[in-house]
Amino acid sequence: MADLSCTIAGIRSINPFWLASAPPTDKQINVERAFAAGWGGVVWKTLGNDPPVVNVTSRYGVHRSSLRGVLGINNIELISDRALDVNLREIEAVRKRWPDRIIIGSMMAPIDEQAWKELAIRIANAGVHGIELNLGCPHGMCERGMGSAIGQVPEFVERTTRWVREAVNIPVFTKLTPNITDILVPAEAAKAGGAHAVSLINTVNSITSVDLDSMAPTPTVDGKGTHGGYCGAAVKPIALNMVARISGQPSTQGLEISAIGGIMNWRDAAEFIALGASGLQVCTAAMLYGFRIVDDMIDGLSAFMDAKGYRSIADFRGMAVRNVVDWNALNMNFDLKAKIDPDTCIACGRCHIACEDTSHQAIAFDHLPDGGRRFTVIDDECVGCNLCQIVCPVPECISMNPVANGLPPVTWPEHPDNPLRVVA
Amino acid sequence: MAEQLHEAGNAMRPSTTQIADNFADLHPPLGAAKADVEANRCLYCYDAPCVRACPTGIDIPRFIHQIRTGNLDGSARTILSANILGGTCARACPTEVLCEQACVLNAGEAAPIMIGALQRHAVDHRLATGGAHPFTRAADSGKRVAVVGAGPAGLAFAHRAALLGHAVVVFDAKPKPGGLNEYGLAAYKMTDDFAQREVAFVLGIGGITVRHGHALGAQLQLAQLRADFDAVFLAVGLGASNALGVPGEDLPGVRNAIDFIEQLRQAPDKSQLHIGNDVVVIGGGNTAIDAAVQARRLGARRVTLAYRRGDAQMGATAWEQGLARRNGVIVELWAMPKAIAGANHVESVSFERTALRDGKLVGSGETFGVVADTVLKAVGQHLLADDLAALERAHGKIAVDAQLRTSLDGVYAGGDCIASGLDLTVQAVEDGKRAAISVDAWLRGKAQE
Repeated sequence: MADLSCTIAGIRSINPFWLASAPPTDKQINVERAFAAGWGGVVWKTLGNDPPVVNVTSRYGVHRSSLRGVLGINNIELISDRALDVNLREIEAVRKRWPDRIIIGSMMAPIDEQAWKELAIRIANAGVHGIELNLGCPHGMCERGMGSAIGQVPEFVERTTRWVREAVNIPVFTKLTPNITDILVPAEAAKAGGAHAVSLINTVNSITSVDLDSMAPTPTVDGKGTHGGYCGAAVKPIALNMVARISGQPSTQGLEISAIGGIMNWRDAAEFIALGASGLQVCTAAMLYGFRIVDDMIDGLSAFMDAKGYRSIADFRGMAVRNVVDWNALNMNFDLKAKIDPDTCIACGRCHIACEDTSHQAIAFDHLPDGGRRFTVIDDECVGCNLCQIVCPVPECISMNPVANGLPPVTWPEHPDNPLRVVA
Repeated sequence: MAEQLHEAGNAMRPSTTQIADNFADLHPPLGAAKADVEANRCLYCYDAPCVRACPTGIDIPRFIHQIRTGNLDGSARTILSANILGGTCARACPTEVLCEQACVLNAGEAAPIMIGALQRHAVDHRLATGGAHPFTRAADSGKRVAVVGAGPAGLAFAHRAALLGHAVVVFDAKPKPGGLNEYGLAAYKMTDDFAQREVAFVLGIGGITVRHGHALGAQLQLAQLRADFDAVFLAVGLGASNALGVPGEDLPGVRNAIDFIEQLRQAPDKSQLHIGNDVVVIGGGNTAIDAAVQARRLGARRVTLAYRRGDAQMGATAWEQGLARRNGVIVELWAMPKAIAGANHVESVSFERTALRDGKLVGSGETFGVVADTVLKAVGQHLLADDLAALERAHGKIAVDAQLRTSLDGVYAGGDCIASGLDLTVQAVEDGKRAAISVDAWLRGKAQE
């Protein structure tokens, strides 16, 4: 059986599954329930200086797929609305009761050195394994000069990170906001400030829906709404890209990554690890299904690693990084053609109409004498785009097959059609 | 489950409550959540096989997609624009051999979409909501069109002709409109007063007058209709039940299955209806199944459905045959009625075993008897000849061409009185719709001459 323990920023955890700083980690009762369910660690809900914030109702909005499936939710909740001392005493109590589990203290403060340092010291004294700087909250707190208001300014990212590093002697995680142009810039700033790791992504700024009766965004607070932080399965592709952006760069070498963003199951977890994450943080999956979902995250990841022969997380961590390249490094001579398996095709026609209307008119069909229909790919028209395979409701009915064209790999900079090509 | 038969244990008649349960909706309507789940299973096929399998060509993927997006009125409009009696067809269509049989999901590992149930969901919503009729009539054409028969074909014709701007008068022999929708469907396939509510909805487009108590050959003459109207549409159905042609057929206790079904549909309290203890139904179509199952649900102790061929030759669909068996109907295949016996009332029916030899049905000589106090005949119907002598016939029915034109100029026909393929409500609706489009083209063509 694979060893699921992981080490990030020098902190060793029994498994890579931590709960992110959010409502599920707001109180001792929640955190203890999470540890009982098997979570390796938590990032306690963000702490600020007293007096505690006051929250509004309602707080969450949802973006659904059909059938009430949840693609993503957003929230307009602020940081912990309980007194700092209450949180710190609970952290101490949980640390004692669960010595093998990790607790990271998340914090935020206005741009003021003393405020950051004093708060970081108080949290560290409660016995946390590390401090996470919440520089990403995109709603509410940013209007008070905190959260993403800091995270969107690289100088502030560097400065706050340095303040915390100077104040405490435990690992420092800087949590990044995705609501910027290039995630690499604040990641480099965090590194310059001395961060041991970056946590990303924080939530994405969003309005999940508009109530067409009240003509107000949701969640709606007495007829009005505001933008909130979007999370869940829908943000995973954004998070994967941002993690890949950092993990492949020389300028961030040595900066570890605690990956966050739409991790719903073990497969998502493995993908983030493959892109270089040393640890993982989960929130929405637990909010939708409860802490028990960690069972299969652990079981599934372990089974995957056993099947692949990976004995530890480190065995496959970052293995996909080298395959994330610039577009200019892609092989222009690689050619794929779609193939429809006539035995499993149920003749719904979705591939045809998708290709006919919106792509390359590469799927034809005939009416057969028995009343059925036969769909076939016109190889000469097929550009191998995958759209037919994406819309096909039958798993593995449409395959994308490389053409053995015998051509050597060629990139765009070398391509004969490129007017700016580099001539050797 | 409405399909479960409530029955008294000791040969007592079922209670009024049990009878009411037995005749409740065979397929209860989908709730909103279930409809949502079902609509979301639909793949939204392109050039969908289900559409081609629907005689009225309803754009099924579109109406199901509209359920999915919460556009129920739009969904109903999609259905009703192709089939104004979509509510009846949602209940009465043998979808298992039409749209649902064509569903591509049958080819995979999933059950087909419940298209009929979803159609009912949308149309029932529209009818329950009320409001303005979803379609608007074209400008008055100044033409008057007569329809004989207020059944599915006649109503579909009347609606489409009115939509196209013509003034329509519908004549019907019965006191209520609806034809077989009102009188001929099994009670559990069309519960409460849906048939009448649907007729009221169809007529809501305006421009249609219905006159009851007018039978062709009695109060109405075809020649007079041709003189009084610009065009005539005959949707007279099949008025007469076929005879068995065996001795004893006239004994009391022997009746036509369609009369029994009509009586059941019209009875305000079905528990007051008399049904014998030992019922024999003769025939292999859906009418035979409807009669046999309803006899069981009314409390008959033993119901035997006898058919002279095998189940593969039955007109009733496999689902209908299964319904009969699940309701405890004894199905005797390869059994040809030879005689009905009894002193003053039917007491038994004797049958001869049959077989197919070189494609021909032959008697085996082996006979058997079934005790019976009621015999229901369901061996088909034929065209009542009254006042239709001037029309050419084909296969015993009124001959029509592809435009539903009869041999008489300006006279069109559709529904069960023509041979257009399927003896189904949905086919009748399509006939009526197409005939109205033909009449409209003909009248407008004439006006330009």
